Amino acid sequence: MNIFATEFILGHLNYWLFIILMMTGLYIVISKGNLVKKIVGLNIFQTSVFMFYISMGKVSGGTAPIFPLDGVYDPSIAYSNPLPHVLILTAIVVGIATTSLGLALIIRIREEYHSIEEEHITILEDTVFQTENLPLDGKGGSI
Amino acid sequence: MDTFSAILLSMLLPAAAVISNLIFRNNPNLRDGLTLGAAVATFLVVLNILNNVGNTTTDTFTLIEVMPGLGIAFHVEPLGLMFAILASGLWIVTHIYGIGYMRGNNEENHARFFACFSFAIFAVMGIAFAANMFTLFLFYEVLTLSTYPLVAHKGTLAAVKGARTYLGILIGTSIGLQLVAIIWTYAVAGTLDFTKGGVLEGMIAGPAVAILLALYAFGIGKAALMPFHRWLPAAMVAPTPVSALLHAVAVVKAGVFTMLKVGIYIFGIDFLATTGASIWLMWLAAFSIIASSVIALTKDNLKARLAYSTISQLSYITLGIALATSMGILGGSLHVVMHAMGKITLFMCAGSIYVATHKTDISQMTGLGRIMPITFGAFLIGALSIIGLPPLGGSWSKWLLIIGAADASQLVMVGILLISSLLNVAYLLPLVGKGFFLKGHDQTEQPNVAESPLLVWAPPAFTALGCIVLFFYAGHIQAFLMPIVAAP
Amino acid sequence: MATQTVHHAAMTLTEHLPILQVLIPFITAPLIVFVGRRELAWPLAFIASFTSFVIACLLLSKVIGGGVISYKIGGWAPPLGIEYRVDAANAFVLFLVTGISTLVLPYARESVSSEMPERTQTLFYALFLLCLTGLLGVTTTADAFNVFVFLEISSLSTYVLIAQGSYRDKRALTAAFNYLIMGTIGATFFVIGLGFLYMATGTLNMADLADRLSGQYDSRTVRAGFAFILVGMGLKVAIFPLHLWLPNAYTYAPSAVTTFLAATATKVAIYVLLRFIFSVFQPEFLLETSALEIIFYPFALLAMFAASFTAIFQRDLKRMLAYSSIAQIGYMLLGVALLSETGLMAAIIHLFNHGITKAALFMGVGAYVLRSGGSFYIHLQGLGKTMPWTSAATVIGGISLIGVPGTAGFLSKWLLVQAALEQGYWPLAILIVASSLLAVIYVWRLIEILYLSTPTSEKVVQEAPLSMLLPLWLMAIACIYFGFETDITMGAAKAAAQALLSGSSGMMN
Repeated sequence: MNIFATEFILGHLNYWLFIILMMTGLYIVISKGNLVKKIVGLNIFQTSVFMFYISMGKVSGGTAPIFPLDGVYDPSIAYSNPLPHVLILTAIVVGIATTSLGLALIIRIREEYHSIEEEHITILEDTVFQTENLPLDGKGGSI
Repeated sequence: MDTFSAILLSMLLPAAAVISNLIFRNNPNLRDGLTLGAAVATFLVVLNILNNVGNTTTDTFTLIEVMPGLGIAFHVEPLGLMFAILASGLWIVTHIYGIGYMRGNNEENHARFFACFSFAIFAVMGIAFAANMFTLFLFYEVLTLSTYPLVAHKGTLAAVKGARTYLGILIGTSIGLQLVAIIWTYAVAGTLDFTKGGVLEGMIAGPAVAILLALYAFGIGKAALMPFHRWLPAAMVAPTPVSALLHAVAVVKAGVFTMLKVGIYIFGIDFLATTGASIWLMWLAAFSIIASSVIALTKDNLKARLAYSTISQLSYITLGIALATSMGILGGSLHVVMHAMGKITLFMCAGSIYVATHKTDISQMTGLGRIMPITFGAFLIGALSIIGLPPLGGSWSKWLLIIGAADASQLVMVGILLISSLLNVAYLLPLVGKGFFLKGHDQTEQPNVAESPLLVWAPPAFTALGCIVLFFYAGHIQAFLMPIVAAP
Repeated sequence: MATQTVHHAAMTLTEHLPILQVLIPFITAPLIVFVGRRELAWPLAFIASFTSFVIACLLLSKVIGGGVISYKIGGWAPPLGIEYRVDAANAFVLFLVTGISTLVLPYARESVSSEMPERTQTLFYALFLLCLTGLLGVTTTADAFNVFVFLEISSLSTYVLIAQGSYRDKRALTAAFNYLIMGTIGATFFVIGLGFLYMATGTLNMADLADRLSGQYDSRTVRAGFAFILVGMGLKVAIFPLHLWLPNAYTYAPSAVTTFLAATATKVAIYVLLRFIFSVFQPEFLLETSALEIIFYPFALLAMFAASFTAIFQRDLKRMLAYSSIAQIGYMLLGVALLSETGLMAAIIHLFNHGITKAALFMGVGAYVLRSGGSFYIHLQGLGKTMPWTSAATVIGGISLIGVPGTAGFLSKWLLVQAALEQGYWPLAILIVASSLLAVIYVWRLIEILYLSTPTSEKVVQEAPLSMLLPLWLMAIACIYFGFETDITMGAAKAAAQALLSGSSGMMN
């Protein structure tokens, strides 16, 4: 298998796109300090998986998997596999729920911290953490 | 009363004493009276077992089956019965002493103290009657945990640090080494039941035997084999009744008792003798004996000196096992009793001196013998018994150990036992000499120093008499213990 | 005629037990919201949870002998329809999860009303039930994609539950947000893995998957799928390098939530991992890919030591226990890695024993938070005297965590060491006991602070209310009880290990 062959690259086009999207999404999640941008990255990441599933169900030359109205089934017609599409409907719903919950959390974070930038929040938290974790006085607590 | 109920009763009575101590914590007389009643009752129950069973080994009674072939099970055999009689009998004496000491010294938290004390006795009874290594280990750990609050009793920084060392070493060795040894034994032999002649013969061979023995020998931290002996001096921060009963009798004897059990019923004497796996242990024990005696010489604090003396004396018993001869085992077992009686006397005397004068260092105790003749008299008798001079109990166990060493053709060991006796003289008798013959230098400062209260001086006097009595009954005890070394 | 109908209905009900125990909390959750009355929310939630617990007990009693209950949802036969399967392995987990939730709810009442404003309390119980639904669904289902759906139900409600801690400490919000990001990445990885498996096999039913996968272990698609599933679930389990969300989430969540999550959520995730490793894939697959040497052993050992060391240096009891949880997960992973019946038994039984131990400990923490205002060691000084019952129960939990003989924790460590020795891995046995010695250090520190130090503030601290003490003591007694009475735990763990090791053949019968 020559992974540089044009045939290979074009033949797996949907996977390339899937990987590019996935990495873009993950990169945004990791690198961006803005919480909303993190959620956007997460969305892109999830969408890539939706694309992956949807393209997986494609059967070459297949048509939309809709049962003929007249009820006569023609075995010569190839249909795409509908199951991954159905699955991904569920995943989309989950994705929407996650996004909305994430955004709701961001609103609450902004109320409490007056910022949605990770570095500001971290500084605030670190100062609290350090004052909390001062050593105990000498009465038995120290090890 | 059948034996099984008697065993359970001997454990339930101390457990009941724990609860009664917690319930009646604000009523000192009722609380201490009930505990004393429980102590006497426990002793009577154990004597009842002796009366019914004698020196035979009973069937095993399984209380709960925890895993297949592994359960909480009890039986009576001579060694365990001897240990139970010893611990429950001395519990009565120490309890009386403890009441006097705690009240005379105005210590705090009496109820917690006596509750934990009774809990420790409960654990000791479980150890004495355990029918397999699993049960023994369970109660071994209960003993460690229940004595921890006693060591930390004073709550001072020193007490907390001492208790930390105590717990760290005991839990560390038992979980880190002993547990591995037990599970290893279970994995190769398929059983942990105490069986005459051992369970390991034919199951394990080569250097693995010596490694397993090492895991046991170091894992049983309560036997205070060097280098895991540090907990014993650390535990001396505890009030003296604790040092007397627990760190001269119950806890350390539980350690060497476990060693004896492992040597006799898990490995088997013959198996140890034929494989020669215990030779290294013999040398280590010999080193422990001499080294800790020398350290004892350097200690000015009386309790610390006694603690190192205990480490040295415990190694006598380990040495007895490592010799892997019948006489060695018998001598070791007998030494459990003799040393217990002698050392508890010494510790109670140390406590008595502390109650009367609040002195802990030997160098300050000059001339006290004339003021406290009973305490110092008892100390002399206890010391002579530890040294091993007739007509005191300690002479017999040393005699048997020397014969055991000769049987095993280990003449070096004979020499070590003799040198150690001389060292005993050197670190124990000076106190008596200073007490009786030197003139005290600070009597003018404390004119009101007198003999300690009755409840404090009577118990050591009683156990000192016990040392003398044991000299004449040693033969009976030896005969009683014979079955443990008889051919299976 | 009438009796016949009743009889028929009863029979039908028994048949529907596997779905009922998921459905009851699922339906009660919206019901609580619709009823909308705060005083009714708790009783409804408790009844739902208790009913599920009864059903879980019934299911466990049916399958503990080694049987399997297969339930076809809507009558659609697998592999096309969704199947629910109950065998000893998941019945045992169900028993743990429902049992804990039923005990946490009475405990939560007092704790929740002190840690949250009134307006959110009704919703809290609804979310709690949704979380329970998710966990039960994940455990019961035999359909791989269904696992993902229920996993997300439980995860989404968990994020909200953790965020409820913000009324006490605002850092709960960022903890929840971080967990949301990591949890979603984990779940999505899991879905990617499933996609690969689906590409290779064209099925999502676990038994069917196992059957079709058995010939193609060297396929790159299948291996990639396994890797994604392992990492995805590993995030939920908090396997060592993937544990970063856990300490903050456990520390800042409301006490009742921490108790529930620590005792159940990671345990269910471990169950899923076991199911995939042993039922969907076969143990041979692990050997073939040498996943054991590269992933399981090193990370399990790292967790056991690194997390335990970190736990020692904490000054907040809740955070300390969170790190200890990560360490304990290492033990379970190690049991899995040994790939033997004893090892698997050790993992499963530790899953249960650690669940009840941590529940007892976190319940104790909740009581301290309620009465002394915090879980930092400085708040706990000398509480052994003022809160004797809470402290005694917490100490029992602590010694079970160490694995002192006579407690539940001892048995699992015993089995784990035995499993290691059976394989001849004696250095591993030493490492296992060595790491439990680290537990001695951090537990003993707690005991010293509770009993041997004097309180710094003059505030008079009361004993915790009875509604918290009772569940706490039930858990503490369970820690002792399951240290002696092992018919249920050992029996179930043995049956579960056998069910898992029999692999696809066990799934197909």
